[in-house]
Amino acid sequence: MPDENLKKTPLNEEHRRLGGKMVDFGGWDMPVQYTAGVIAEHLGTRTASGLFDVSHMGEIWVEGPDAIPFVNRLTTNDVTKLVDGQAHYSALTNENGGVVDDLLVYRFDQDKLLLVVNAGTTDKDWDWITSHKGDDNMALTNASADYCQIAVQGPDAIAILQKLTDTSLDEIKYYHFTTGHVDGVDAIISRTGYTGEDGFEVYADADKAVQLWNKLLETGNYGSEGGILPAGLAARNTLRLESGMSLYGHELSDEITPFEAGLGWITKLPKGDFTGSDALTKQKDEGLKRKLIGFEMVDRGIARDDFDVYIGDEKVGYVTSGSPAPFLKKNIGLAFLPVEFANIGQEITIDVRGKRLAAVVVPTPFYKRQK
Amino acid sequence: MSNIPENLRYSKDHEWVKVDGDTAAIGITDYAQHALGDVVYIDMPRVGDKLGAHEAFGSVESVKAVSEIFTPIAGEIVEVNDALNDTPEAVNNDPYGDAWMIKVKMDNPGDADGMLSAEEYEEYLSSVE
Repeated sequence: MPDENLKKTPLNEEHRRLGGKMVDFGGWDMPVQYTAGVIAEHLGTRTASGLFDVSHMGEIWVEGPDAIPFVNRLTTNDVTKLVDGQAHYSALTNENGGVVDDLLVYRFDQDKLLLVVNAGTTDKDWDWITSHKGDDNMALTNASADYCQIAVQGPDAIAILQKLTDTSLDEIKYYHFTTGHVDGVDAIISRTGYTGEDGFEVYADADKAVQLWNKLLETGNYGSEGGILPAGLAARNTLRLESGMSLYGHELSDEITPFEAGLGWITKLPKGDFTGSDALTKQKDEGLKRKLIGFEMVDRGIARDDFDVYIGDEKVGYVTSGSPAPFLKKNIGLAFLPVEFANIGQEITIDVRGKRLAAVVVPTPFYKRQK
Repeated sequence: MSNIPENLRYSKDHEWVKVDGDTAAIGITDYAQHALGDVVYIDMPRVGDKLGAHEAFGSVESVKAVSEIFTPIAGEIVEVNDALNDTPEAVNNDPYGDAWMIKVKMDNPGDADGMLSAEEYEEYLSSVE
């Protein structure tokens, strides 16, 4: 029975029609998987295509002459390096260098940026961002309720989406985007995703969601062998984990810095001051105490989130995300370890419901797609 | 609709039992495998382990979750289905056949009689859904 207190995306009825098993995800009524099941949805995305409702994500416009300097002061990546039609992965940090949220920053033009933030943290991010507005000549708009967002991911994604748009998708480079039409609907078409596969995320008016979703299922030959599959949150999680991507609340939090989480590559200290840059500079100079690593189970068994990690008899860290990896057919995870042990080949044991099971530190990403 | 074979006995924890003389084979029902989703791992006990009624004898893991399995009847484990280690998906595909998990020599051969019949289990399922 639907819980009336849970938020719903415009595709809620479609998920139910497709046999979605609905769960409470951070206050949203979302499908954890559909009738095909998480493994089929995961493998389907890697070998053909998967369709994801990500309409619960948040969208915040920053518009005006001071848009770029404003966002550049609040985030770790260098907004001044973006060109029109380019996006980058970034983090909002607090004064201690901890991560308030991870996000994508899209540059439409010099005076217009779009921030795409996580569903569970949209309200928190909005409060954080608006509280930092001073005399800046720009306007902030929380447009989250106005948009739907649908992701088409996998090797077949580009062919499927191309049938529905005149925009030449081949010309959109990775982490670039354009505005155009999909099935006649105004849309932002972005070559981004959270699966480790090629693919696109399409942003459109919320009231066009059902049309776009069903058109993509039809065009993608849902129901046929090798056809597109709607994929739920479980597959979304196993796909991003195999690809070594962080999930806010697990690898990232207010108490975890981007350096600790392996996100030094989006932390551009040379760009100048931003919230937390002093703390991050200090951490860089002094060296990290703990670091995120990837591991693979050696003993039979599956490490789950929050399980304790041991070296010998000493508890040294914890699992941030642990799960079976359906494509790699291994059991994998991410964990924090003291920096002196955060090396490939380090043997660890993990307390799995009372049993210490052997695992080993491996390179991430665990999976990388063939180009 | 769940598949509920007539010739088996059932528990409210969604295990089934097939009695053969004084031995009982135990597994989980179609309803249980469907609720779990894709099964990826089964943690099983060893031959010789002695179980009390309603004791947890192992666990079944899907991609997202871990579920303990309970034996409805007391007895000593005489056989363990090791094949499930290599093909855990059998729990989803053939819960009453290939995916029997353990065989137990019952302490009291009459114990299975106290379990739910197929009809009673079906009724029970409609009350929980």
